[in-house]
Amino acid sequence: MQISEIRTSLPGTFYGKPGPDEPPYKAPGDKVDVGDVIGLVEVMKSFHEIRSEFSGILKRFLVENETPIAPGQVIAEIEQF
Amino acid sequence: MIKKLLIANRGEIAVRVNRAAQELGIQTVQVHSSVDKGLLALDLADEVVELESSLGTKSYMDIHAILAAAWKTGADAIHPGYGFLSENANFAEAVEASGITFVGPAGSTIRTMGDKATARKAAKQAGIPIVPGSDGVVTDLSAARQIAEKIEFPIMIKAAAGGGGRGIRVARCLEEFGHLVAQAATEAKAVFGDGDIYLEKVIEHARHIEVQILGDGRHFVHCFERECSLQRRRQKIWEEAPSIALSVSKRNEICASAVKLATKLKYRGAGTVEFLYDSRTGNYYFIEMNTRIQVEHPVTEFVVGVDLVAEMIRIASGEDLSIKQSDVVVRGHSIEVRINAEDPGNGFLPCPGTILELRIPDGPGVRCDHMLYPGYEVLPFYDSLLGKLIVWGETRDHALARLKRALSETRIEKLKTTLPLFSILADDNDVRNCQFSTDWLEHWLEVNSIDEHKLNLDETI
Repeated sequence: MQISEIRTSLPGTFYGKPGPDEPPYKAPGDKVDVGDVIGLVEVMKSFHEIRSEFSGILKRFLVENETPIAPGQVIAEIEQF
Repeated sequence: MIKKLLIANRGEIAVRVNRAAQELGIQTVQVHSSVDKGLLALDLADEVVELESSLGTKSYMDIHAILAAAWKTGADAIHPGYGFLSENANFAEAVEASGITFVGPAGSTIRTMGDKATARKAAKQAGIPIVPGSDGVVTDLSAARQIAEKIEFPIMIKAAAGGGGRGIRVARCLEEFGHLVAQAATEAKAVFGDGDIYLEKVIEHARHIEVQILGDGRHFVHCFERECSLQRRRQKIWEEAPSIALSVSKRNEICASAVKLATKLKYRGAGTVEFLYDSRTGNYYFIEMNTRIQVEHPVTEFVVGVDLVAEMIRIASGEDLSIKQSDVVVRGHSIEVRINAEDPGNGFLPCPGTILELRIPDGPGVRCDHMLYPGYEVLPFYDSLLGKLIVWGETRDHALARLKRALSETRIEKLKTTLPLFSILADDNDVRNCQFSTDWLEHWLEVNSIDEHKLNLDETI
């Protein structure tokens, strides 16, 4: 088993769900495939998807919903098998 | 006169409002969010207050936090700038209810013009042409068909709960219309939780012409029009005054329409009435009214010599308009370009970062409204607009020449900005001949890839 990190290349605000009243893209324990959206970055009023480069199980998020993030920051960890 | 003005905004417009207020001898209070400590306006204002808000970076949207800042500093007026709470009727009413002057129209005016259906109704009652469409939502297909036959194709099918260009379909003929209406209603229901749709005729290859108006609730004037057809994703990036696409009689007609609407609304403050103009037929149609100062107001200020922001503040203080219609005369031509922290060579990706080197252009006929200084960190949490470069010339050609000269003087390092795009556009034949409509730039961007190589090459020529 190996832990892989999903990082953001953009600074901004992190959102774990597509809209305020919608369920999160992924929750810890969920299966994640390569290319799955795990969250959004809002940078200067434009939204960009954060996609997983790995497949496995989402172990945990390292940032909270609606909090500032910096380029290179780890957003989530994926357990690869 | 207002004694102490709180500026409930940030960026370049906060700087602009601060300047106008100080020139009128008014004390200024600049608010800021917890992360926004580097704002240029904080350096210029007489007093500074950090907003106490749970909204964090978005605290400029916090009505209670802004009112609390006003009470704390004893401000007797609030200027909302543009964006944020500037067109929030509840905010305007809350400000006035606390005995503080809101620099803008009455809450009821903001509410009327902020709703698509009531705004169209107001325009229609004022005798202004509106874009043909369904008056309100369409509930069934046969009603939709009847309207479609009346307003003629192409027709836009819009989700009532949509916005910002989302949930829009265009039907070109009756054959595809029924199918697209059904699809739009289903999608609107799924995406917005509301299946209501409305119909609007597509005005193809139209220009965006908007009229600046001023009112004190009793007297109303226009300050002529702006041409804002160069847009990307419905965002203006290049604006001019006047529009050379209008004949004198058409200009007078459109401007008179805007004054009719302002009069009907008993408008108080600065406002903009936006129209689509079909230069082939000479028809124009009301689209919406913005009940605030606009980003592109300086082009109007340049050609008519009226300080719109100062005028707003004087009107809010209860004074009569300082100008009559006959005082407003256009002289020369003005062009504004929006300097955004976006990379035009990479899909306009936002590029926040720190300003290392800065050279702002000046000289005759050049104005730059901006929020920058060396060492300023452009934050990712806010709009990408860094500032506006505005030029004035005796003629449009003269203004274009000045624009090119001013662009070549400007340095904003090491950020990616939209500046190189404007250098290319200023040399484009269609732009030079003012041959464009609101869809022109999107097509141009598809054909002309703005890659780094080309931009560097252009700079060395």
